[in-house]
Amino acid sequence: MDSTFVFAGFGGQGVILAGKLLAQAGTDHGLHVTWLPSYGPEMRGGTANCTVVLSDEPIGSPVVDNPGALVAMNLPSLDRFEKAVLAEGAVVINSSLISRKVEREDIRGLAVAMNDIAVSLGSPRAANMVALGAVVKATGVVPLDAVKGAVKKMLGHKAGAKLVEINERALDEGYNAV
Amino acid sequence: MAKIDKVLMSGNEAMAEAAICAGCRSYFGYPITPQNELLEYMSAHMPNAGGVFIQAESEIAAINMCYGAAAAGMRTMTSSSSPGISLKTEGISYIAGADLPCVVVNVVRGGPGLGNIAPAQGDYFQATKGGGHGDYHMIVLAPSTIPESVELVMLAFELADRYRGPVMVLADGMLGQMMEPVVLPESIDPATLPAKQWAITGARGREANLVTSFYLDPVELNEMDVRREERYREIEKNEVRYEEYKTEDAEVVVAAFGSMARISRTAVRMARSEGIKLGLLRPISVWPFPYEPLRALSRRVGTILTVEMNAGQMVEDVRLAVAERAETPFYGQLGGLVPSPNDILREVKRYAG
Repeated sequence: MDSTFVFAGFGGQGVILAGKLLAQAGTDHGLHVTWLPSYGPEMRGGTANCTVVLSDEPIGSPVVDNPGALVAMNLPSLDRFEKAVLAEGAVVINSSLISRKVEREDIRGLAVAMNDIAVSLGSPRAANMVALGAVVKATGVVPLDAVKGAVKKMLGHKAGAKLVEINERALDEGYNAV
Repeated sequence: MAKIDKVLMSGNEAMAEAAICAGCRSYFGYPITPQNELLEYMSAHMPNAGGVFIQAESEIAAINMCYGAAAAGMRTMTSSSSPGISLKTEGISYIAGADLPCVVVNVVRGGPGLGNIAPAQGDYFQATKGGGHGDYHMIVLAPSTIPESVELVMLAFELADRYRGPVMVLADGMLGQMMEPVVLPESIDPATLPAKQWAITGARGREANLVTSFYLDPVELNEMDVRREERYREIEKNEVRYEEYKTEDAEVVVAAFGSMARISRTAVRMARSEGIKLGLLRPISVWPFPYEPLRALSRRVGTILTVEMNAGQMVEDVRLAVAERAETPFYGQLGGLVPSPNDILREVKRYAG
């Protein structure tokens, strides 16, 4: 069974990295994984997104028509992807920047004040980690510990223990916010 | 599910690592999106492997550096994306004419011209029908996942050495940019590879070897060309690779290669869940092309739908194989757009039932 995710926001919000960390967590958890970025000259300042598929069987398409979970970090992302989400799917909304709720009634809208939470932790740039914690809780495909392990693996060598710790706290806050 | 040691890598990085594992110790390239990470990975890792990395002044320089390294007997590789591959085709023809092993990776992007940097498959004709001048072929391998990219890069080096010619790995921007867990293969120590008796290694104590594609005497050139053609016939006999998925009871079959094949695989599952008997035939080697399996399939299915990210290129080979025995419609998107599983399923439904 495929679990499918779209992480979307504007360039710089860290949606590409959030998706990569989920992909790494899935890999370490023994799942089949694909991670597909939108790439191109439009990314800087424009919109960015990536698609992640986690599965217990080999994955066919990394291109997903209808994601089971959407992380929308800004309004254009919610506007663009809400209609594509699978029925019964989860939409994690960055309520720090998006004032509306989901319009559809057949999906779960989960409001998380990603930027506010990140600022309260002293690290405004960790909003993507709050988002990741929230979507991990909402879908339950991989344990939060696997995501923390992925953070250590992918970021530990670059910025050391302090950054890892801030990101872990942001993950926890996001996880507990839904 | 058992946890095994897998590394999450992009296709570009994985193909670079696979080349190093295959004993490639010389890489020459020139940057172009969406294959830059391959070049970048080589620049970081080739020196550690004791090999040569050169970012050349142009694509043409890079392919000719491969010509030199191959003539000296090294396992060698270059990579680029569509417009850059066009520049390399002159060199590829020379390498084919000089009977030298060399691996070329094409991470195809939208075209023609400068096109764009999105995934595409518009270089199928160029890869399989020549591209450069003269009567030559390349073995062309088309991976559809990143683990398979690793496998096929390894195989490309083996086949290049065995048949003494350029081998292309035909990927696309999606395969280059996306990430998937891979198990890295065991490294081959180049010192353990069989010596190349024909290589230019210094003629002290033996007769001089000659590596050239230049034969002024038509009789002599004819002889070289005919001998190469015989090798191509052998390749056609031995190196056809393909995969069939749920074709046993299929009424409609999708024919697709590379990224399009894996996306089609999901369409097959979706169709089956709706009771549509859909199958998939995926050429892994697009030259030599799996004409025979398609011919066999065309005797028992009504429709073979070719799906590509181009205006219809592989479909010509499908039609050669199928002749009039089955319907052979085509579906594709251009400009770097990637058909989704829903797009393919919608198209399949026009022919199913």
